[in-house]
Amino acid sequence: MTTRTTNKQRDVLGVSALRPDGIAKTQGTFSFSSDYTADNMLWGATLRSPHPYARIISIDISAAIKIDGVETILLSGDVPGKLTYGLIASDQPVFASDYVRYMGEPIAAVAADHPETCRRALDAIVIHYEVMTPLTSIEDALNPNTPSIHPDGNVFRHQRILHGDANATGDIIVEGEYEIGMQDQAFLGLEAALAYPDSDGAGVELVVATQWLHEDQKQIADCLAMPKEKVRLQLGGVGGAFGAREDISLQVHTCLLALRTGRPVKMQYTREESFFGHVHRHPGVIALKHHVTNEGRIVKIEGTMKLDGGAYASTSSAVLINGVTHIQGPYKCANAVFDGYAVRTNNPPCGAMRGFGVVQACFAHEGQMDKLAAATGIDEVEIRLRNIIHTGDTMITGQVLESVAPLERCIRETAAMPLPAEMGLQPHELDLPGGSGRTADRRNIVRGIGWGVSMKNLMYSEGFDDYSTARCTLTNGSVELKFATSEVGQGFVTLAPQIARSVLGVDEVTYDTIDTQIGSAGSTSASRQTWMSGGAVDGACRMVRERLFEHVGSLHGIDPLRLAIDDTDVIDTIGTLRISVQEASANFTVSETFEYHHRTTEDLDENGQGNCHVAFAFVAHRAVVDVDVELGLVKVVQIATAQDVGRVLNPMSVTGQIEGGIAQGLGLAVMEEIIVTNGIVRNPSFTDYLLPTALDAPQVLISMIEEPDPQAPMGAKGVGEAPCISVTPAIVAAIRNATGKSIDRCPVRPQDICF
Amino acid sequence: MSTSPEMYSLRVNGTEQHVKDAWIGESLLYVLRERLGFMGAKGACEQGECGSCTVLINNDAVCSCLVMAASAIDTDITTVEGLATTETPNDIQQAFVTEGAVQCGFCTPGLIVAVHHLLETNSSPSEIEVKEALSGNICRCTGYGRIFSAVQLVISQREKSVS
Repeated sequence: MTTRTTNKQRDVLGVSALRPDGIAKTQGTFSFSSDYTADNMLWGATLRSPHPYARIISIDISAAIKIDGVETILLSGDVPGKLTYGLIASDQPVFASDYVRYMGEPIAAVAADHPETCRRALDAIVIHYEVMTPLTSIEDALNPNTPSIHPDGNVFRHQRILHGDANATGDIIVEGEYEIGMQDQAFLGLEAALAYPDSDGAGVELVVATQWLHEDQKQIADCLAMPKEKVRLQLGGVGGAFGAREDISLQVHTCLLALRTGRPVKMQYTREESFFGHVHRHPGVIALKHHVTNEGRIVKIEGTMKLDGGAYASTSSAVLINGVTHIQGPYKCANAVFDGYAVRTNNPPCGAMRGFGVVQACFAHEGQMDKLAAATGIDEVEIRLRNIIHTGDTMITGQVLESVAPLERCIRETAAMPLPAEMGLQPHELDLPGGSGRTADRRNIVRGIGWGVSMKNLMYSEGFDDYSTARCTLTNGSVELKFATSEVGQGFVTLAPQIARSVLGVDEVTYDTIDTQIGSAGSTSASRQTWMSGGAVDGACRMVRERLFEHVGSLHGIDPLRLAIDDTDVIDTIGTLRISVQEASANFTVSETFEYHHRTTEDLDENGQGNCHVAFAFVAHRAVVDVDVELGLVKVVQIATAQDVGRVLNPMSVTGQIEGGIAQGLGLAVMEEIIVTNGIVRNPSFTDYLLPTALDAPQVLISMIEEPDPQAPMGAKGVGEAPCISVTPAIVAAIRNATGKSIDRCPVRPQDICF
Repeated sequence: MSTSPEMYSLRVNGTEQHVKDAWIGESLLYVLRERLGFMGAKGACEQGECGSCTVLINNDAVCSCLVMAASAIDTDITTVEGLATTETPNDIQQAFVTEGAVQCGFCTPGLIVAVHHLLETNSSPSEIEVKEALSGNICRCTGYGRIFSAVQLVISQREKSVS
């Protein structure tokens, strides 16, 4: 019996399918990692260093352990396995034992019956420190005469790029130095985990909010001295990530406390602790010199990028590579001499955040493009168009750009979008810069327009095989998917069923618990999950489809190669057979697992040459701002953007990524900065670290440029990072345009405008 | 806890809830979540900046992290769980999903309560009034655009159903 449902829109690829977890999230019934609870559960808490750099002389837990309700207190000596962890270099102690190298570094963990008991126990631990002078400047870290603050030294990585003719010169030379502040990911769902020890103490189960279950599993198992399979991870609902959940935070501590006490243990950071508990976006300084012809064509770039990686390595070396390999921006450049350094200091550790090194590079190269426009007298849109990179061009790494590169369309479509109406003479006070502060005077407000254009690599680089795994099971017309892909809010749980519906002609698609009971999915980062895990789901569904066609073919005596899916039916493409997938898969179960790998990449050589990236996406942003030049306040009025997305698989999800990314880029442009002085974090709270609110949200005009990329599994490029990259320089350029001031740092502060 | 335990009751979503063995310093957010199992209110800053923990006390929208639980005795507390049944989400909840206003969803329950409160007090707010009313609820994922769309959808649907 064939039933057709063609009158109903099916939630296939290309449709704005709704989130399967959406209603539960609006009702508060969706379980975030902080919502898990267990019988007989203890609370865990972390003791952290108040000093950015100190030698630990002694730790006395005798008073703390006697507090009623305290079950255990763990120190470095209680770690049974590896004493350190890290994503690339294992240089960060589970608990500091000899030195503390940043403010907030963990020293001990306590488990007790109540969060308040934990707090009292932490207060009762007595530590004697020999406080040392922290290393807090990049220049000092680069100075070989500065004593090392870590056995691995003070430089995480130096990478030179030497390409083409180092002696090439242009008719015009433009120089600039750009500074980027330390941004926090500021996801709303604080770090939280619940660990359940196995009854025999030989294993542990951890429910945790993370970006990459299998990487956590590996690092935890090493520290616990357990085989990987004894450490089972399940994804607790993730309240945003943006890079901050790539590194280990409370995972090892929670497992250790649970194994030591034999009871379930929950850990949950406060907002202040979260600022110390995860890595941030690298602050840095970039010096750039462009040589151009009189016609504004780039001849050579020279310069340096110096990133402050803070106390431990995290992903600093990879962030640096992304930064230096994107320093040319989305522009042709035949010659380059560029040096990048990522250094260790006693500042907070920095690592992944949306944009991953390209945000920093873009702020500098776009600042330069505006300076080039001014120096050559060429319009700022025209100077960019004149230099844009195309598919087939060679980049400064020697890598040939193979991705589809519709950059000209991105720029032209952005330029064609309407500008906002001029501010009236008596605007609503909340539309003025300063918002609810209501101090701005209309007479002091000047409007400015600025541009930013960028390219961003997709997936991991430098030879890393960040594959993804998915399983598809078809039975009686419905599909169950299994993957370990972290759903952090981006909507993979919406997309994966859309893929299955498109490939298999089914409507009912569910997904199993996201955990380590299947192969790795890689990290939810680098704009990679639509491509990688999407590719894995697509592959698994295609394998199942082949098996279904074999089954139908043998039942009906038809060569399976003649069969195809049409809507929800299996059809014979050169015959008359048409049966529903439901009917075709009745009493038939088939399950296939597929591992998707992207093409291989290479390490860079000592001159920064090599095919190190997989693919690229492009985007243009135009910002319109109103600036109160007297008070230094900025209101971002409108952002227009055209983004190269390859193919739109879910328009509403893409819109959400673009609008959300723009808000984060706006934050970096005008408000968000972790203030660190002498290694001390001054603003670890939402009162003092300012985030964009509803009143700060600009009008956003979006054009999605669809030119499917033949290298992408479904033609779709990742869309997560591009929105937040060039919007920051566009906003800062608009502020320069409004004020006439040369502002070469972000975030832009009132004093940068007024003084 | 070694401190002397307290026993009191709170009226949550119209039902008396007995709070046993509590420490007097516990916030309403903690008691709702950890003692009474109302997990809809979320803690994200614990200093009244982000709005994730928004609940209604006597129909005023408040940050439950800033309210001592014991001070909410004899008030009417409404959490997101009290706005609709699990089986039948209300029009605001449905609009948030339909318009793509939910990504990670951590801010969502607080926003649902805030939007409910706004539309109870002002059934046809202007665009800027919506922005102002929601400016105490931080969302880090969406950039707010889809949230504004969801609110506009509810307003227009309610206007239609009235006319």
